Amino acid sequence: MKKFKISIITAIAITGTLFTSCSNDDDAAPAPVNEEEVITTLTVTLTPAGGGTAVTLQSRDLDGDGSDAPVITVSGDLAAGTTYNGTVVLLNETETPAENITTEVEEEDLEHQFFYTVGGSLNVTTANFNLDTAGNVLGTSFDVTTGAASTGTYTVTLRHEPTKPNTGLGDAGGETDISATFDVTIQ
Amino acid sequence: MRTYLYMLMLCSAMVMQSQNCNYTLSGKIIDLHDDSVLPGATLIIAGLEKVVESDINGIYTFSNLCEGTYTIQISHPNCDTQAFKVKVSSDTKRNFKLEHHLEELNAITLRASIFGNKTKTNFEQKVTEQQLDRFSNGSLGDVLNTLSGVSSLNTGNTLVKPMINGLHSSRVVIMNNGVRMEDQEWGAEHAPSIDVNSIGNITLIKGAGALKYSGDAVGGIIVAEAAKVPVKDTIYGKTHVAAASNGRGGVITSTLTKSYVNGWYGSIQGSLKRFGDYEAPDYVLSNTGIFGRSIAARIGINRFDYGVEAYYSFFKNEIGILRASHIGGASDQVRSINSGIPLIIRDFTYDIDAPKQDVTHHLFKVRGFKNFKNLGKVTLQYDFQKNERLEFDVRRSSDDNDRASLDLALNSQTIRLDLDTNNSDLFNLKTGILAQYQKNVADPSTGVRRLIPDYERFNFGIYGVADFSITDNFLVEVGGRFDYFNIDAQKFYRSSFWEDRNYDVLFPELVVEVFGNQILTNPKLDYSNVSATVGTRYTFNDDYKLFANYSLASRAPNPSELFSEGLHHSASRIELGDLRFDSEIAHKVSVTLQKQGNTFGFSVNPYINFINDFMLIEPTEIRQTIRGNFQVWEYRQTNATLVGVDVDASLTFNDNWNFYHQFSMVKGYDETRDLPLIDMPPVSTMNGLVYQNKELKNLRVELRSEYTFRQNEFPDNNFEAFIPETSTLELVDVSTPPDAYHLLHLHTNADFSLSKNSTLNIGLSVSNIFDTNYRNYLNRLRYYADDLGRNFTINLKITY
Repeated sequence: MKKFKISIITAIAITGTLFTSCSNDDDAAPAPVNEEEVITTLTVTLTPAGGGTAVTLQSRDLDGDGSDAPVITVSGDLAAGTTYNGTVVLLNETETPAENITTEVEEEDLEHQFFYTVGGSLNVTTANFNLDTAGNVLGTSFDVTTGAASTGTYTVTLRHEPTKPNTGLGDAGGETDISATFDVTIQ
Repeated sequence: MRTYLYMLMLCSAMVMQSQNCNYTLSGKIIDLHDDSVLPGATLIIAGLEKVVESDINGIYTFSNLCEGTYTIQISHPNCDTQAFKVKVSSDTKRNFKLEHHLEELNAITLRASIFGNKTKTNFEQKVTEQQLDRFSNGSLGDVLNTLSGVSSLNTGNTLVKPMINGLHSSRVVIMNNGVRMEDQEWGAEHAPSIDVNSIGNITLIKGAGALKYSGDAVGGIIVAEAAKVPVKDTIYGKTHVAAASNGRGGVITSTLTKSYVNGWYGSIQGSLKRFGDYEAPDYVLSNTGIFGRSIAARIGINRFDYGVEAYYSFFKNEIGILRASHIGGASDQVRSINSGIPLIIRDFTYDIDAPKQDVTHHLFKVRGFKNFKNLGKVTLQYDFQKNERLEFDVRRSSDDNDRASLDLALNSQTIRLDLDTNNSDLFNLKTGILAQYQKNVADPSTGVRRLIPDYERFNFGIYGVADFSITDNFLVEVGGRFDYFNIDAQKFYRSSFWEDRNYDVLFPELVVEVFGNQILTNPKLDYSNVSATVGTRYTFNDDYKLFANYSLASRAPNPSELFSEGLHHSASRIELGDLRFDSEIAHKVSVTLQKQGNTFGFSVNPYINFINDFMLIEPTEIRQTIRGNFQVWEYRQTNATLVGVDVDASLTFNDNWNFYHQFSMVKGYDETRDLPLIDMPPVSTMNGLVYQNKELKNLRVELRSEYTFRQNEFPDNNFEAFIPETSTLELVDVSTPPDAYHLLHLHTNADFSLSKNSTLNIGLSVSNIFDTNYRNYLNRLRYYADDLGRNFTINLKITY
C-alpha cells in the first residue's frame, strides 16, 4: 500500500515536470523553407548561327506546384531555312540570388537528358546535342534547323535517370523533371 | 445419550428437509484483472461435495440448494484455488472473481475466443497470441486483415494500414498497451508504429463504442495488449525465427519474462526484421526492402488490490517504396499505367534507397491502479510518445538522396485518470478524464516546403459509460464523452494559394508575416466534440446472443485535411486541405447475431454508418506546372453513408476437422453528389479447412482460400493529359479497379517437446501457392506493379 502511494506520487511528480518543461517552449516563429528542389524557370535561347537576334522560349513558374500556371513567353518567330545554336538554362528563382540548376544537371550528366519534341506541322530538326561523359546525349546545347514556314509546338523535356542511350522520349523511361511546351511559328 | 444425539440429528435433518431446498445459486467466474470470463473452473460446495464446472461463458449453476451459508471452493487450471462464503436464502446470483494466472508457458489455445470485454454491447473480435505467431514476419495490418470486416490500405506490401468497415487512418484508433498511438496516423501511407511481436493479443471493436479509448473512432478501435504475466515464481521465454523466400529475409524475435509470487515481474522483448526486394510472380519489386528493429521492456508489481507498471518500447522501421512509383506528372503516369510492368526493374538487392521512409517511435508509460473496496478500481496513467518520421524522395542530385524531404517529429504526452466501479453485474460504471499535449515540429533543413506545419495541440476529454443488467439475459449500456481540442499552428502558405482560396479576405487576421511569395500564418482552431453510445445485449439461451449498438462519434479534422498544400510525390498529385473544416459526425447502427456452439457457430453483423461532414479527397482540376501536368486533389466535406455486413461461421466436423468461413461487404456513397466513395474495399470471402491432431505432435494443417471480387462501384476520376512526344491527349486511368482474384495459402505447424519445460514449434507455410498475378484495388501502388508472388516461410519457435 505504501509502495503504491509512493509510486503514484512519483508518477504525478514526473508528469508535472514533463508537462511544465514542455509548455515552456518559446513561440518563436519558424523559418520559411525555400524550395531547393524546385525549378522555376526554363529558358531556351536560339541564336542564329550566322548572327542576328536570338529567339528565347521561356517557361516561368514562380510558385512551383502552386496554383499559378507557368508563364510561357516566346520572344519571336523563327526564320525559315536557318540554323540556330541552342542552349538551355534552368533557374530556381525562389532563392536570391537565383540558383542555376543547369550546372547541377551538367555535373550529374549521366543521370539527365534533355529532349526536344516537335508537335503539329512545325518544320524543325534538333541535332548536334552535347554529350555526357559516357558519350551519350545530354542536350544542354544543340542546334535547331528550320525548314519551310510552319507552326506547331516545341516541347522541352528533362528526364531524370533515363535509360541511356535511347531513341527518344518513347523508350527513355526515367522521371520527368521538366516539361514545357511552346507555340512556335516559322516565317 | 448417544440415542438422543442421533434423534436430534435426525430431527434437525428433517427440519432442514422441510425447508425449501429448491434454491439455485448461479453466476459467473470472472478474471479479476480484466473481467473476462473463465470457462472450465471447478466449484465444490464444501461438505455437500456438490461439484459443477463453469461453461464456455464462465457461467455455473448449483441447483436444489437449501437455505444456509455455504463455503464454495473454486479451482481453475490457471488460478490459485480460493474459497468463498455465500449465504443462500433465495435464488441467488453471485459472481466470483479469481486471480487468473494465464498459463503462458506452452499454452495451446486452439480456438479463437470471440468474447470481449472492452465494451458490453459491441461485438468484439479477438486475435490470440497463437494466431499472432503466424504473422511474426508481417505487420499489424496483415494480422488484422484476417478478420471479417477488416481490410487494409496498402502502399506496396510493407506499409499496411488497417481499414475497418471501409474506414482508415484518423478514423481508426490504435491502443497499444493502454496508450493511444500518436504516430501521425493521418497519412494514408503511414503504417502503425507497432511491432506485431510485442503484442500478446488484439481486440477489434468495429465502431466508436469504446468511449474509454476515444470518441473519434468513426471506423473502429484496435486494442493491442501485452501478454499477461502470471503471479508466481517463474522465468520463461520464447524465441521465434522466421525465414521467407520472397524478400529473402526473415525475423528473429525473443521474449524473456521473470515473475515472482509476490507480484513483481519484468519482461523484455526484442525483434529484428530484414528483407530485401520482394518479388511479384514475374519480376523483382525494386526497392521494396524493409529493415525493422524494436525493443520493449516492462517492469511492475501486480497485486490483488494494487499494481504499478512502467513500460517502454522503441520501434524503428526503414521501408523502401517501389522505385517505379516515384514519377513526375501525368505523362509519366500514362507511361507507367500503360506499360503493365514497373518502369524500373533492377536486380534483387537488400539495399533500401530513396524513395523510402524511416520511422522511429518511442513510447513510455507508467500506470498505477488501486482497488478501493467501496469505489472500484482507480487507474492513473501517464504516457509520453515521440514519433519521428523521415521520408526520402528521389532528389534531382543523387548526392542529396540521403537528405529527407519530410522530417516531422511529433511529441505527445497524456495523463489520464480512470475509475471502473467493478461492481456486480447489475450496474457498472466506467468513467475518467484525460488531458493531452502534443507538439509537431517540421524540420526546415529538408529544403522542401513543410507538408505539415509546426503545431501544438491540446486535448481535454471526459467520459462515462454505464451498464445495467435489466434481467439475467438483458443488458443495457449507455455512455457519453466530451472532447475539447485546440490547435495552434504556424503554417506557411504560398501567396498564390492563399489568394486563390480567398483566405486573404476570410482570414486576414491570421497573417503574421510575408516572406516573398510565402505567407506565415497562425491559425488557432477549436473543436468541441460530443460522442455517445447506447447499446443492448440480449442472450436468448446459452447459445444465441444479440448485440445492438448505436454510436455517435465526432472527429476533428486532422493536420493533412486542414493544412495540406503541395505535391504529394508517391501519389503524383497535388493535395489541398481546407482550414474551414468542422468536425465530422458519424451515426453508426450495428446489430450482431451470434451463435456459439461446439459444432456450429456463426455471427452476422449488418451495420449502417451515416457520416455528416465526412472529409474526403477528390480530384478537381489539372494543374499546369513547369514539371508537367498534375491532377489536383482537394479535400471536401460531404454526407456519406456506409452500409455493409460481416459474416463469420465455423463448423467443427470432429476433433480433427474444422471449416471456417468469412464474408465482408461494404458499400459507401457520397450522398451529396450521389456517387460511390473512393477506396471502398471490394467484397471478399475467406474459407479455410483446418486439420488438427493433439495426439500427433499437435499437428495443425490449414488450407485457406481468399477470394476478392472486383470493386464495381467507384467514382470516375480519370483525366486527360497532354503527351508531348505524340502531341496527343491521352486518358489517364486512375479509377478502374483491378480484376477479381483468388489466392490459396497453406500453413502447417507441429510441436516437438525438447525437455520438460521447452517446446519447439515448427511451422511451414506457402502463401499464394499458384504464384497468381494480381493487383489489389486498395494498394496505392497497384498502377505500377503486381502484388506479391509465391512465398515459402519456415517458422521455428522455441518456448522455454
